[in-house]
Amino acid sequence: MSGLSGIGVKVESGAAAPDEIYANTLPLLHEIRHALARLVESGEPTVIDIQSIPMGPGDMNRLMDALGEGEVRAEFEALGKTVIRESRYGGVWIIEHLNGSGGVAGRFIEITWVPSLLQAQREDVEAGLEALADALAAAGN
Amino acid sequence: MAASKTVGDVLRAHGVSRRGFMKFCAATASMMALPPSMVSTVAAAIENARRPSVIWLPFQECTGCTEAITRSHTPTLEGLIFDSISLDYHHTLMAASGQRAEDAMMQAMEENYGNYLLLVDGSIPTEEFESHSCTNGHTHLSMLKDAATGAAAIVSVGTCAAYGGIPKANPNPTKARSVQDLITDKPIINVPGCPPVPTVLTGVLAHYLVFGTIPELDPYGRPMAFFGQNIHDRCYRRPFYERGQFAETFDDEGAKKGYCLYKLGCKGPITYNACATVRWNEGTSWPVQSGHGCLGCSEPDFWDKGSFYRPLSAAYWGDARTVGIGAAAGAAAGLAAAALARGKQKKAQQEEKA
Ligand code: SF4
Repeated sequence: MSGLSGIGVKVESGAAAPDEIYANTLPLLHEIRHALARLVESGEPTVIDIQSIPMGPGDMNRLMDALGEGEVRAEFEALGKTVIRESRYGGVWIIEHLNGSGGVAGRFIEITWVPSLLQAQREDVEAGLEALADALAAAGN
Repeated sequence: MAASKTVGDVLRAHGVSRRGFMKFCAATASMMALPPSMVSTVAAAIENARRPSVIWLPFQECTGCTEAITRSHTPTLEGLIFDSISLDYHHTLMAASGQRAEDAMMQAMEENYGNYLLLVDGSIPTEEFESHSCTNGHTHLSMLKDAATGAAAIVSVGTCAAYGGIPKANPNPTKARSVQDLITDKPIINVPGCPPVPTVLTGVLAHYLVFGTIPELDPYGRPMAFFGQNIHDRCYRRPFYERGQFAETFDDEGAKKGYCLYKLGCKGPITYNACATVRWNEGTSWPVQSGHGCLGCSEPDFWDKGSFYRPLSAAYWGDARTVGIGAAAGAAAGLAAAALARGKQKKAQQEEKA
């Protein structure tokens, strides 16, 4: 058993807090709207570190529900899983870095054409070129 | 020794790809409370940062600080930050014990004289009580003074090391002092909390690793990046406070609706820490979210500031039922409220003593 998911938790108060009371979702959506307008007008990307924003219970879920699911979803494994997905609003990407036990190590909203982590990284491409050349040489080609 | 490797070397030895490295840098920048635009600067600095030698001395403490930091989930980015330092002595964590452990510490101190980072948790008994806390026959006061001489900087981990904490609480039976009371000629970074938020400590280590400097500190010696903001100002229950909606008991309707915990003794308005944003247990929750007011554990003398369950204003106004008025008066401006509450807290303390 490892991680918090292994601990049985019984929620007693039950009733979810009504949407309006914590009120952190709406200002964030406006911030995203401004960032999206900037991207369209000047091409300037924005990254929002949502882990650093005070969130009440359910706020994060409300934000995620509001952003919804878009067409693209990608995962990679490096120091734990990372999930990158486009929201229902094109150009608004949700990036979740998980650690080895599935906990969220970082959560960002990137407002950009393509998140930089989706692209192959130059250093990895160079290492890949070398590895492929070695593999071909080892096979006598 | 391992200390000569760069952090980039350590990460590569872990088989970390460039993409993984950039992920590590993004999370590290977030951990250091830097804006996402700083990620590339962090990446360039981490790539070539030398692993600093770290000596960690536990003194008069409960090991809660070490537990909090090492029991965070594995494998983690925090764990990698720890791998990125050369932890040369920590008697609870190291495999060696007894004389061999002491020898390892002496060797690390000699080899890295003037350059190692000294981490301390726990307070230090002094005067006639000096011998009440010893390791291998050496008093902790003498160990602190010896180790501080060759340190580049000292990090006081937890409220006991930073301000004396629980051992120093009234009547302070061992005449416990904090590190900064005893060492005055070295840069000291206080990372208080009972225990401190693990991410905050690793954030401080990451800052040292990346920039080779100590971060900007507040008047209590705490890194501004994590302690610059008031819990009350960052609390998600703040809208209730502003509207004067308070839980009166821990199980009333207000408590169930998540109302503000001010009347139940929350010390958020006088407390500076990162709990409200960084949170605990993989970012799951923090005391106020769990339904209990903040104890103010990252503030000096938090244990002697009266009952945890007495509203900040009650001692001043004399009646918890008038708290709503005090709270509403302070609600106009967050910082003004905090300053007001700080004044009240002092007064409450004086009354408590009297
Ligand atoms: S008094 Fe405590 S619970 Fe209420 S808003 Fe401030 S920090 Fe949050």
